[in-house]
Amino acid sequence: MITVKELTKRYARTVAVDEISFEVAKGQIVGFLGPNGAGKTTTMRMLTCFLPPSSGTATVAGFDVLDKPLEVKKRIGYLPETPPIYPEMETTEYLEFVGKLKGLSGSDLQKRVDYVCERCAVADVRKKLLGKLSKGYRQRVGLAQAIIHNPDVLILDEPTAGLDPKQINETRDLIKSLAGDHTIILSTHILPEVEQTCEQVIIINKGRLVATDSVRNLQARARGAESVLLEIAGRSGDLEASIVQHKLQQVSGVSRVVLKQQIDGRGVFEVESQKGKLVRGDLARTVVESGWDLNELRPAAMSLEEIFLQLTRSDVAPEHENAPVENEMAAVKEPQA
Amino acid sequence: MRNAWIICRKELSSYFVSPVAYVLLAMYALIFGLFFWLFLQRFVMVGMEMQMRGQSFPMNVNEELIRPLLSNMGVVGLFFIPMITMRLFAEEKRTGTIELLATSPVRDLEIIIGKWLAALLLFCSLLFMTALDMAFVFKYGKPDLKPLLIGYLGLILQAGALLAIGTFISTLTKNQIIAGISTFCVLLALWIIEWPSEFESAMWAKVLSYMSIVTHNESFARGVLDAKDAIFYLTVIFLGLFFTARSMESLRWRS
Repeated sequence: MITVKELTKRYARTVAVDEISFEVAKGQIVGFLGPNGAGKTTTMRMLTCFLPPSSGTATVAGFDVLDKPLEVKKRIGYLPETPPIYPEMETTEYLEFVGKLKGLSGSDLQKRVDYVCERCAVADVRKKLLGKLSKGYRQRVGLAQAIIHNPDVLILDEPTAGLDPKQINETRDLIKSLAGDHTIILSTHILPEVEQTCEQVIIINKGRLVATDSVRNLQARARGAESVLLEIAGRSGDLEASIVQHKLQQVSGVSRVVLKQQIDGRGVFEVESQKGKLVRGDLARTVVESGWDLNELRPAAMSLEEIFLQLTRSDVAPEHENAPVENEMAAVKEPQA
Repeated sequence: MRNAWIICRKELSSYFVSPVAYVLLAMYALIFGLFFWLFLQRFVMVGMEMQMRGQSFPMNVNEELIRPLLSNMGVVGLFFIPMITMRLFAEEKRTGTIELLATSPVRDLEIIIGKWLAALLLFCSLLFMTALDMAFVFKYGKPDLKPLLIGYLGLILQAGALLAIGTFISTLTKNQIIAGISTFCVLLALWIIEWPSEFESAMWAKVLSYMSIVTHNESFARGVLDAKDAIFYLTVIFLGLFFTARSMESLRWRS
């Protein structure tokens, strides 16, 4: 549905978007992820024909954004970061105006206005001035205006920014319910949002594409293999961290051990296993046999947050050698077999 | 052109749901009424003087009353135009609604023409406020209708040209006030540009005089439809809207 090839946006002194390429299939929800200033909005503006790209191409539903902007615009619904509303208009008046701009008229227009009011839960403020609406309602009116002409593609720029938790949930559910009919790209810098709503993630940082994959694959890829958190305490009250690490490292199937935290006599270690090896039982046995107490053992599911930090770090090596976790004190590495 | 009309209607309704339109209507009616009263008084006094001197030239209402009135209103227009155009694009840029317009399947030119037309229609409704004063003229005098209509056409054409300039300036900034003030300064400059030519007859003075927005209104106010002046206004309208289109395009490349 959307094909982006080496899309670039250059300004006088800076490169906002640097040769980004990706594809989005029909009916997918794609999370567009990146820190503030990564170039998310610029990319979206190029896709919506608001900004022309400096080089590269982008096609939406088979139409190039530079050659056939009108055709592209007909097929796109766009919600910018701040909902583009006219405060002096009433909700329905506004939706009718946008509907007419997008080419609807007559009874079609009325039907669509009724439908989107219902769908986006703004039916109870139909006759209110937009300027008097709360942020949550404005956001939903913004969403209603984006889907009024039933576009193939929906582009949403931080649709949940500035909402309260309840509204965030409602908006997410709404977006999820819109998938299927529409191909959706939504940008955000909030990770749980992507984990909860999107099937596919595109991560960019400083204008460059860092990763594009499904949420699940990305988690698996960054984790490499299973990783386990162990809290170990010494019987006599003190614990020699390096000895523990060394012992754990000996367990077959363990690829690395990281000391994450040490508080008087207790230590938290993160143990990563090699791919496809189950090491939990062996780990527990080793700890107990060595005369330590095993206080806790749990799988450390890597959140998208960590993946994100890993991938968007400005360091040269974005591999999982040095996961940027807090309180990282020491890491013993075994040469990779 | 359907799209231009949609945008025009939206602009008009936003003029009329806010106090802007009503303040302008009231001010225009007031100022026109004041001028009307002043010129009418002079007209009556001159008439009485002539009667006392025993002369009985018939006084021409068109020449003695309507002409100075309309030619003064041409200048008054300079003060109203910036207030009409200042928000057209500046406000859309400030609130971000320009993104909605620019990502809708609408051509830039349709947006520009829609907005300009709405401004022009608002100005026409200002002129409509003067119908009351004119009704008195027709009730108690016998003016010719044709020169009067030409005079109004002149005001509308002049306003169209000034509005096009104001529309262009409104695309340059996000700030309404700045747009308004700069429009006013530019229009003022276009008015006083002809003043040096009063004492000069050199070529440059004639050029300056020709460039002045207000001088071209003189013939219309007199009731004469002069193609030269009409073409001048139409050219300014075209240029103003052309530059607006260029400015909108550059907005996309720069922003």
